[in-house]
Formats: sequence, C-alpha cells, structure tokens
Amino acid sequence: MTTKAFQRIYTQLEAITKATVALKAQGVSNDELATVDGRLAQVVKIKGDLVTLQVFSGTEGIPTDSEVIFFGEPPALNVSEQLAGRFFNAYGDPIDNGPRVEGEKRYIGGPSVNPYRRKQPSQLIPTGIAGIDLNNTLVSGQKIPFFANPDQPYNQVMANVALRADVDKIILGGMGLTNDDYLYFKQMFENAGALNKIISFVNTTEQPPVERLLIPDMALTAAEYFAVDKNEKVLVLLTDMTLYADALSIVSNRMDQIPSKDSMPGSLYSDLAKIYEKAVQLPDGGSITIIAVTTLNDGDITHAIPDNTGYITEGQLFLRTDSDTGKVIIDPFRSLSRLKQLVIGKQTREDHGQVMNTGVRLFADAANAKTKLENGFDLSDYDLRCLDYAKDYSTKLLAIDVNIKIDQMLDTAWELFGKYFKPEELSIKQNLVDKYWKGNN
Amino acid sequence: MNTTGKVTGIIANLITVEVNGPVAQNEICYIKLGDTRLMAEVIKVNGKSASVQVYESTRGVKKGNDVEFMGHMLEATLAPGLLSSNYDGLQNNLATMTGVFLTKGEYTSPIDMEKQWEFTPIAKPGDKVVAADWLGEVKEGWLPHKIMVPFNFKGDYTVKSVAKAGSYKVTETIAVVTDENGEEHNVTMIQKWPVKVAIGGYKEKPRPYKIMETGVRCIDTLNPMAEGGTGFIPGPFGCGKTVLQHAIAKQGEADVIIMAACGERANEVVEIFAEFPELIDARTGRSLMERTTIICNTSNMPVAAREASVYTAMTIGEYYRAMGLKVLLLADSTSRWAQALREMSNRMEELPGADAFPVDLPAIISNFYARAGIVTLNNGQTGSVTFIGTVSPAGGNLKEPVTESTKKAARCFYALNQSRADRKRYPAVDPIDSYSKYLDYPEIAEYLNKTVDSKWVENVNKAKNLILRGKEAYEQINILGDDGVPMEYHMRYWKSELIDFIILQQDAFDSIDCSTPMDRQEFMLKKVLEVCDTPVEFENFEECGAFYKNIINIMRQMNYSVYKSADFEKYLEQLNKAINHDN
Repeated sequence: MTTKAFQRIYTQLEAITKATVALKAQGVSNDELATVDGRLAQVVKIKGDLVTLQVFSGTEGIPTDSEVIFFGEPPALNVSEQLAGRFFNAYGDPIDNGPRVEGEKRYIGGPSVNPYRRKQPSQLIPTGIAGIDLNNTLVSGQKIPFFANPDQPYNQVMANVALRADVDKIILGGMGLTNDDYLYFKQMFENAGALNKIISFVNTTEQPPVERLLIPDMALTAAEYFAVDKNEKVLVLLTDMTLYADALSIVSNRMDQIPSKDSMPGSLYSDLAKIYEKAVQLPDGGSITIIAVTTLNDGDITHAIPDNTGYITEGQLFLRTDSDTGKVIIDPFRSLSRLKQLVIGKQTREDHGQVMNTGVRLFADAANAKTKLENGFDLSDYDLRCLDYAKDYSTKLLAIDVNIKIDQMLDTAWELFGKYFKPEELSIKQNLVDKYWKGNN
Repeated sequence: MNTTGKVTGIIANLITVEVNGPVAQNEICYIKLGDTRLMAEVIKVNGKSASVQVYESTRGVKKGNDVEFMGHMLEATLAPGLLSSNYDGLQNNLATMTGVFLTKGEYTSPIDMEKQWEFTPIAKPGDKVVAADWLGEVKEGWLPHKIMVPFNFKGDYTVKSVAKAGSYKVTETIAVVTDENGEEHNVTMIQKWPVKVAIGGYKEKPRPYKIMETGVRCIDTLNPMAEGGTGFIPGPFGCGKTVLQHAIAKQGEADVIIMAACGERANEVVEIFAEFPELIDARTGRSLMERTTIICNTSNMPVAAREASVYTAMTIGEYYRAMGLKVLLLADSTSRWAQALREMSNRMEELPGADAFPVDLPAIISNFYARAGIVTLNNGQTGSVTFIGTVSPAGGNLKEPVTESTKKAARCFYALNQSRADRKRYPAVDPIDSYSKYLDYPEIAEYLNKTVDSKWVENVNKAKNLILRGKEAYEQINILGDDGVPMEYHMRYWKSELIDFIILQQDAFDSIDCSTPMDRQEFMLKKVLEVCDTPVEFENFEECGAFYKNIINIMRQMNYSVYKSADFEKYLEQLNKAINHDN
C-alpha cells in the first residue's frame, strides 16, 4: 500500500491494547484503512473524535508517538486474470516473488447478492469419495465445511476434493496454516499441474492471528471477480475457520465486548454467515462453491464455532476414524449435504435416494447391535448380519480413500444389501428392488 | 420541520446522532452518505444523543454526516399486490432492484403503483363504518382482497360515496367517508401501518376451535396445529427444521402463506423462489406462489433488518386476516432475530441477561406470538393468523433462553430430535417430547371427533400411549437383553416401531407420501391400531421382529401408493393376509 500526498498524518495515540490503538482524528470514515507505525490497521469504532483502530499484525512495540496515516478507503484487492497461479498474504501482497497484480481495485467484504437474482444450485460436483458422492452429494454453489479433529487428514481430503472437482478456478484461503501444510498444498497443486487455475491467500501460524480476519474476504473478492465478471465456476477452500473465529474473539475481547457462548463474540453467527453466504449460483452461469474446514475439540459440535457454522452452511462433512476398520470415514450419521436432494435421482440414478437412506439405516442398526454386544447381550441373526455389513460398508463406501463413480457406488451398495439382507428388510420401493436387487431371493 | 442531526459515533451498525429537536423511540431516520441515504431506526435516546441501528453496512460513514428524522416508525405498505411478492426485511421489492448485488441505500416500492385492479364495491353510501370495515374488493389472483377503512381511522365514519365497479390504481380514491365532525376523508387502496403495533379492528379473539391441516402426519395426527394457533419447531442444525417448515408451507390449509426467512440461508429462499411458482395448490388448483408472500432477510443481509422482517411479516398477515382470510405465517428462524437483538444490546453496553441476550427477550417473544390468533371480525366473519416459528438452539440444547422463552409463548411444541435425525427418521419430530396443547381444548376435541372420526381423539391418545410404552420396553430390552425380557416387551417395542415407521416417518421428497390428507391419516391410524390390537403369538423374539418388519414393509408400500389405487388395495390385501395368517 503506497502513501499519497493528501493523506492526513497523526502522531499521538491515546490508548493501546494488544490488538487496537485509539487516537483523536478528524474526518475518518468507518472501516477505512490506516497504517500505525507502518503496520496496517482498520477503523473499527468512532466515538466523537476518538477513533479506534484494529492493528492486524498486533501492537507489540508500538509507541504512543507512532505515525498514523489514514488511507480514506477500506481494504481492497486488485483483480484481473493476473491473479491466477499466484500466492498472496492476507493483505493481497504477493509472497511468491512475482510482480504486483495490476487490475481493477475492488473493496473486500463487498455487498451481498440479491437473493432474488440467485439461481438454485443444480450441478453435481463429483469427488469420487462415496461418503460424499453417495451419502452427502455436493452441488456447485454450496457451502459446506469438514468437521474434523485436528489429528485427522482434513487438508489432504480437501485438496483431493478440490483437484477432482470440475471447476475453472480454485481459491485457497489459508488461515493459521502450519508452514508444512502450506507447502503441502503448494506441492499438491504443482504436482497436479493445476497451478495456473489456483490462487492462494495464506496466513501461516508464523504470522499474527488478527491478519487472518482479512483472508476470507480477500479470497472471496477474488472469487467474485472470476464468478461474476468471468462467469467461471470457482471453488473456494477455507482452512481453518476455527482459527478465524478465534481471531474474531481476540478482537472483540480487546474492544471490551460482552462475550456470549464459549467466549465468542455475540455476532459470531453474522460474522461467519457473511463469509459463507458468498457461495452462490449466479444467473449467468458463474458459481462460487465454498468448502471449509472447522476443526473440533474432541468431536464436540456443540461448541459455538461448529454450532454456528452448522446453522449457516449447507451441511457438514464429519470425519471420524472407524474403530472397527481403522479407516478414516465420512461419518454417515453426523454428515449432511442439504443440497443433495437437488441432484440425487435427477443427475444420478433413480435408486440413489433410497439406496442412500437404507445403507445408512442398516449402518445405524449395526451401531445398535454393537452397543448390545458391548453390553454383553446375545446378538440375533439380524444383528450379526448388520455387523458384517457395517465392516464392508465402511471399507468399500465410507472410507475417504475410495475413488469410484457414483453408479459403481450404487452397485456396490446393492451388492452389500444382497449379500447380507433380504429384500423385505430394506424397506425400499418394490419397483426399485425388482430392478436392482443383486441377492438370491 | 423534521428533526435533523449529525453523526457523533460509530460502532459497526450502531450509530449515535446528536439531534436538534424531538425524536421518538423507534422513529425512522436516514443517514446521508453522499448521494446515498442509509435507513436507520432510533433504539435509544439520551438527552440530545440518539442511538440508531442502521439497516445497512456503515462502511464509509463519518463523524459529522447529516441525519434526517422522518417523524414515523417503520411502516409496512398494505395494498393489493403483496401476494407473490418477494421483499427484504424492510419490504423493499427484491424483484425490482437493479443489479446482481444489493446496493447500499437502494430502496424499492413494495407495491406496483401503476397496476390496475378490478374493483367491486361492497359498502353503500350512508353505511356506518369503522376502521377495518370492508368498502370493496379487488381480485388478487383468485383471492378476494378487501379494501378496508384504514386501520388508523379512529372513531365512527359514514360512507359518503364508493367508486363504481371498474379498474383503478391503488393510489386512486375508491371511497369517501365522513367522520363524526362532518369532515371528509378520501380512502385509497393503499395504507401504511407501523409494523411493531398489532392491527386491531376486530370484534373478538376467541380460543382456537378448529385445526389447520398440514398434511404432515406427525403434526396432524399426533399434535395438531389449530387455526389461529401458535407453535414452534426447535432443533439442532441438520434435523430438518427447514424441510418441515417448507412442507407445512406447501401443504398448509391456508388462503395466504407468509414466509419470513429471517437470518437464514439464501439458498433456502431460492428454493422457494424456484419451486413455489411450479407447485400447484391441491385445494385451489392455482400456483402456490399466488398465495405466498416472501419476506427474506438472509443471514448475510443487514442484521438490524432481521427484527424488522418478522414484524413486517406479521403485519402483512394481520392485514389479510382482517379480510376474513386464513393466514399461515412461518418464520425461520426466530433465534436469528433474538441474536440480532443481542448484538445490538451488546453494542449499547446494556447489562446482559442469560447467554448475553437482552433481559426483555421473553417479553419481546411472547408479545410477538400473541399477535397470532383467530378473530371474529366486525361483520361476524372470521379470519386467522396461524404462526409457526423455528428456533435454532445453540448447541442443540433446549435449555437456552430463546427456546425457553418461546416455550412459554407458543402452544405447540414440535421438538426435533438429533438421534432421530441421525437415524434418518424424518421428520425428526420427537413423538414423546412434542405436544399440542390444543388437543386438550374441549372445542378442538369436539371438532376433531365431528370432522375426522368419532373415536379420533381416543385413537390418537392410544397411539401416543403405545409409543411411550414402546420406548419403555426398548429401554428395558437394552438393559436386560433380548432374552432377558418377556415376549410382551418385544411386542410393545415393535408396535411402537410400527407407528413410528408408518405414521411418524414421512418422505418429504416423495410425491405421494409428502402430503397425507386427513381421511387417509384416519384410515392409516385405524389400520395401524388394528394391527396393534390383533392378538399374535410368537415362539421367540426374532419371529416377533420378522412379523412386524414384514407388516412395516407392506404398510410403507401403502404410504408410497396413491390412496385407494389398485396398488394400494393390493398391499392392503397383503396386509390383511399377513395379520390373519399369523392369527
């Protein structure tokens, strides 16, 4: 960000906290950017002449006589085709030693799409992972997070999904990525030969947490450029949104706001919704699909971050390690894709809906049988068949290392039904049973 | 001259204004930002300083910006043309906005002022009238839209003249009325009303005495909603709140549907935009959209307008109620509205109540629910607003302030249960925790026994009892094991499973199963109870399970077949055989 001649300069800070500074200044507008002692900051509160600025990189070492320069405008990103294939930091500055991007300046965190102008998402995004395609089908224009414990391979799964998806651009918003994970993504994208369709905005764990707050807006401003101006299909990856929310709570705490549940700000729902709701199917064919990661604390989805996320996003993909098979699976009980009904049976085979439900219901029966077993009770013949089915179902369909076409997934499910059950145990519409049943009776 | 002021402070969408004259609580004002005017509402006044919540992003607002006060509260515009419209929370018409993005400060008229309506007079010169009395009507789609004496006309009036039948614009005078002092007032088809004030103009508000069919079995059969009643659907995310609400909207037995999408996902509204014009209302044969108004303030739209959206929706509902129509109002989700109140209360640095919500939350919620109801109009006809809200409890915990406050206000409780949803038992309405207080109303019981079947209420209670006993039996089986309990327990468990699978579970995405008319519900409940009453003997519990599983499979096929079709009768015959065979 370059300074300009007419900018007003102040040199007297009234107050400093860990994330904010306050000073007396005139003619300052809400949300505008400034530099404080050379560090980027944004106006978050104006009270009379007293202006409070949030300093993105933290206030360590900032003296009260720091030079404060106001820019007169909110944070912005230069957008053009030149963004493709580049890596940027949270401020939109290149970190790949490449030149600055030239293009139209767009303020980040811009307005929402008029809901009346949106189109209903209708394009299936195949991933090859049956736990997703069969049970929780993704649709372009959807927003969905992975809920995963920190030890699970969520970034790998997400990278796989991104590279298999048929999209024009992939935009990575990395918040608090470890340097290792950052390099992993970079390598994955390079190896796939897909670098020219990928744009990355990255804040690593080595950088100050408050900077992260800019990442989603930067990534989505770039996404809107390609989706709205260029009518492209854009996939945005946001990882890890839990760290983003943590940064929100730091700032709200420094601003003396009363915390609500789990010491998160009361506006957490609206703050997250503003990001996720950028997912859209546009009337002219462009779309923004958001796949995010929300890390959990020991699978606890009642914490304010996953809880609010779940209410905003169109489902969630829950990663869990299946103790019976040792595989990481997409948990069929806690996972959900709310938009799947828009494509299931429409862009996939007619039996998809019922096969999906029955497959999961039998897996639930197996879970009940397991509980019985653990409690030391005798199992019925049906229980035993369920348990055997569950192992097969988990390995052949739920595991994240599965990579097959959707019709194959359905055929596999019918094979398992036929192997372990009788048609009347499925409660599937008779005409579908007549057509697809693969068992003996 | 209107009061004006200057901006003195900004925190997010809370702005403080130094004013030069009188301001009213909840008065509307506009903040001038260059050529753009940002709408805001006064929420607190302290001396010369007014705190206003802005219905837009405050990016770019500066200290010293001019503010103009309007002298009135937030108002809804009421006129023919509300139906099939899509509004934001402030009743701006979303369809007439330019551009793909919502532009800050762009406000559009809720009503088409140029459209001609075919007017038919009802009142005659010399008629004595009061506020809300009908002067004439226009056809809005297929609905008779009454043109009424404006709600804000106080006292008695005499009709001086009424326009002749013919085409008029909403702004043209269609009647002249004279007040007690002989002063004449022109009446047009358009009027305004402050959304936070309930519309009166009716004779009385009796207890609800009829039910409102929804086609959803777990509601109609087990916990019926009354016409003019109130209910709420709390549930953790992913339990099917929205699917259930959409089903009610599509199938609800109402003349007018108003859906307030308050702080929820935009794609859910898009689903309504896309589906409703295609769907046909089974009772009228007309497009569903013709009877629907959508108020849509999605989660990424300005937070302050969330509160406005539910009040705007309620006001439009009351307007149609005054025409003698049955209105069904759905709000998804009232928790988002409560959160908007919390954000604002927090920025105003008020002392917080439970979970940082404002302390008057329960009062706000119960006042809102109290605006629903069936009413007897001055002319003896009835109209109703039935209200069903959803609540999104934080962490799925029903012991949180919004759920608890709503529980005190609403008469029906449809608790969505996570474990039912996990097992894909949709709709995931918990049959044991949920209740409808209307079932205890003698007038409702009498109505049901008269219109559905003379033993209906008795049968419903019997089914409820079977579900409860089934659950107890299931717990015992889980503790003692399949072999550790008498056969009777297995039978009890399986009877409750039968009710669960055939009555409670319903496939919202199946064209036949999605909606069940009352006569079909009556038939199926009777049949299920007949199975439960049939004495059967089993050698062992596996045989018992197999018997009921077979019955469940047959009856599910019945649910998927057209009522009384050849397929349906075929499965019915199979069912009768299955019961008698093992008898």
